[in-house]
Amino acid sequence: MKILTIKDLDAVRSEAAKKLMLRELGERNINGDSSGLDTGTERMQVLVCGGTGCKASSSQLICDRLREKLKEKGICDRVDVITTGCFGFCEKGPVVKIIPDNTFYTQVTPDDAGDIVNDHIVSGRRVERLLYVDPKTGQSVSDSKHIDFYRKQKRVALRNCGFIDPENIEEYIARDGYSALAQCLIHRSPGEVIDEVTRSGLRGRGGGGFPTGVKWGFARKSISDEKYVVCNADEGDPGAFMDRSIMEGDPHSIVEAMAVCGYAIGSSKGLVYIRAEYPLAIHRLKTAIGQAREYGLLGDNILGSGFSFDIVIRYGAGAFVCGEETALIHSMEGKRGEPTMKPPFPAESGYLGKPTNVNNVETLANIPAILTKGAEWFSSIGTEKSKGTKVFALAGKINNVGLIEVPMGTTLREVIYDIGGGIKGGKKFKAVQTGGPSGGCLTEKHLDIPIDFDNLVAEGSMMGSGGMIVMDEDDCMVSVARFYLDFTVEESCGKCTPCRIGNKRLLETLNRITDGKGTEEDLKTLSTLGRVIKDTALCGLGQTSPNPVLSTLSHFYDEYLEHVRDHRCRAKQCKALLTYIINPTLCIGCHLCAKNCPADAIIGDVRKPHVINPDKCIKCGMCMARCRFKAISVS
Amino acid sequence: MAGKVDAICEAHGNNPGELINILHEAQHLMGYLPEEMQRLIAGKLNIPVSKVYGVVTFYAFFTMTAKGKYPISVCMGTACYVRGGEKLLDEFKRVLGIDVGETTPDGRFSLDCLRCVGACGLAPVVMIGDKVYGRLQPVDVRRILDDLDA
Repeated sequence: MKILTIKDLDAVRSEAAKKLMLRELGERNINGDSSGLDTGTERMQVLVCGGTGCKASSSQLICDRLREKLKEKGICDRVDVITTGCFGFCEKGPVVKIIPDNTFYTQVTPDDAGDIVNDHIVSGRRVERLLYVDPKTGQSVSDSKHIDFYRKQKRVALRNCGFIDPENIEEYIARDGYSALAQCLIHRSPGEVIDEVTRSGLRGRGGGGFPTGVKWGFARKSISDEKYVVCNADEGDPGAFMDRSIMEGDPHSIVEAMAVCGYAIGSSKGLVYIRAEYPLAIHRLKTAIGQAREYGLLGDNILGSGFSFDIVIRYGAGAFVCGEETALIHSMEGKRGEPTMKPPFPAESGYLGKPTNVNNVETLANIPAILTKGAEWFSSIGTEKSKGTKVFALAGKINNVGLIEVPMGTTLREVIYDIGGGIKGGKKFKAVQTGGPSGGCLTEKHLDIPIDFDNLVAEGSMMGSGGMIVMDEDDCMVSVARFYLDFTVEESCGKCTPCRIGNKRLLETLNRITDGKGTEEDLKTLSTLGRVIKDTALCGLGQTSPNPVLSTLSHFYDEYLEHVRDHRCRAKQCKALLTYIINPTLCIGCHLCAKNCPADAIIGDVRKPHVINPDKCIKCGMCMARCRFKAISVS
Repeated sequence: MAGKVDAICEAHGNNPGELINILHEAQHLMGYLPEEMQRLIAGKLNIPVSKVYGVVTFYAFFTMTAKGKYPISVCMGTACYVRGGEKLLDEFKRVLGIDVGETTPDGRFSLDCLRCVGACGLAPVVMIGDKVYGRLQPVDVRRILDDLDA
């Protein structure tokens, strides 16, 4: 159906809201009782996570099985199975939620479908074994509202993820979707829209943290017959997946925000530059664009306002540097993704030489919420200079891996211990890496700093796109720095000398250190060369690439020193510095290690203690993994 | 093949600005972009073949070597790295006897790295074809390869 006026939009909303009512009630449900069709509940819904992580653990099959079972019982017409976007709690995926009682099932397998339908949906009895168990109390928790992982979160950018069906535009409209666009087109001038966004204090979520409203203002001022709105969906930071989750879970929020931006800066053409590695996000975004056109919310003369806007998709092809806006623009033009000097800024001369406004996915996802609820509401959240919330991808050695959204100013301790549930396996926290290959490592002493753009930069790291990798005592900081440098060297476009050659030299030095051939002189080289690269590289990638080295060097200097002076790696990660030995008192001579040794380095007679020949040992650790008697150790 | 490449270029109006989209579709034809195909595209778009080659070699997604029947990609994202992704990669290299970017001589397996599939909850992760294998240890490698081969 075509939505031609704001009235039509309201009509669609009130109709669709009826369907979502059940879920809204579930959100507010406080009595905690479970419901079933036999115990008087009229209609029920089953929400199944359809994010990439849960899909990899066969969540599609779970949906199929649920539908089969419902059909067997003849209750398909009273129970809907809905695939949603990511719930965020990836550690415990696949996640299934039952509405209206809001029961949250974790680590569900396709075989559980029968019990969910028979016990819960029909009889109203929860399937206890699928409930989340709070590791602190040992009690099972049925409603996600009461799980520590969700309690401290505030969802603005992720407001619809895990709640609506991302492939259904009406569910988005029911959640006030497209009302920001409608309000802007009918009641506000472009200047007022930009003013609202500026007053909200929203800063770019892709890394730099530039004020979004100011950026829009620059693009508005540029005079040209054609301007472009670009959504940067080239999420390249390894370990960050918030942009993908937003596109998979709430694609219409991006479509709506781009149209609003188009109206504000005076552009009728939008482009989404998205990684080809994200097939599901591409599919959902294409579906959303198609539906928006069909409903008349993209295309000519939207809502009779005279404003026209449409969006096309451009694919990336696997180049980290294309997250940099000038490189991204060249890539969209079909060229190598090499950055160019700014100025001229894209707001003056961008795609095809025309004024272009580039915003990241998460930034855009905030826009409709800001315009519906107001700049004051948004700026009441967060810290003085960083307003609103931020999505973080929590990963590494942490109990609750997943996607979280917290107000700016939340401390690292709250994120890691309260929401993240602490360190895996009771190990000791060592560092957290933020900002990906451009960021740095923060340590124990930084745990109580409120997270915002400026605090992270002051401590030698950065917000970046919001990857947060937690490391424990088993991680070697030198080899982590080497890992990031390896990434940058591979991803450097090669255009400017400091990045192309400087980073290569940094990497070689780090390799020497992890190989046990480093000297104290090398540590000085790392720090001087790192600073030179920071000061002289052409683009954001090069200017930030030494951060992982410089921050580990300043926070973990002892560890570097141990590597070069004592040839020792305390985390036991640097192969060249390790020796594997068999404890003769524990070894029973079962020969299993020798059988599995790929280098034939283990010798010994059956039932007699074995020995490892250090000249042949390739330090793969296979023997240690195989030994059933804990007789093999590494030092 | 030449006909199909021509058709792809024409569908994009032989526009050099569409080069990346064209290469995506062309790579779909054979799974890789051999030199001959790049020459055809350059001719069709009326740009130097060096420009096409420059773009192909710039982006990690494009490849000039044929992939194996089972293309293996080990995730080298940070989350997988700290949970042992590199050890997993070493084991694949050792068992298959090939390096990253290579294909086994019998054409069955090829080995690559990728940066983050976004299934960090399952780290370390390996993708074989379209299937994601999560929470793997080096000792699992041989079993997985044997299962594929069976």
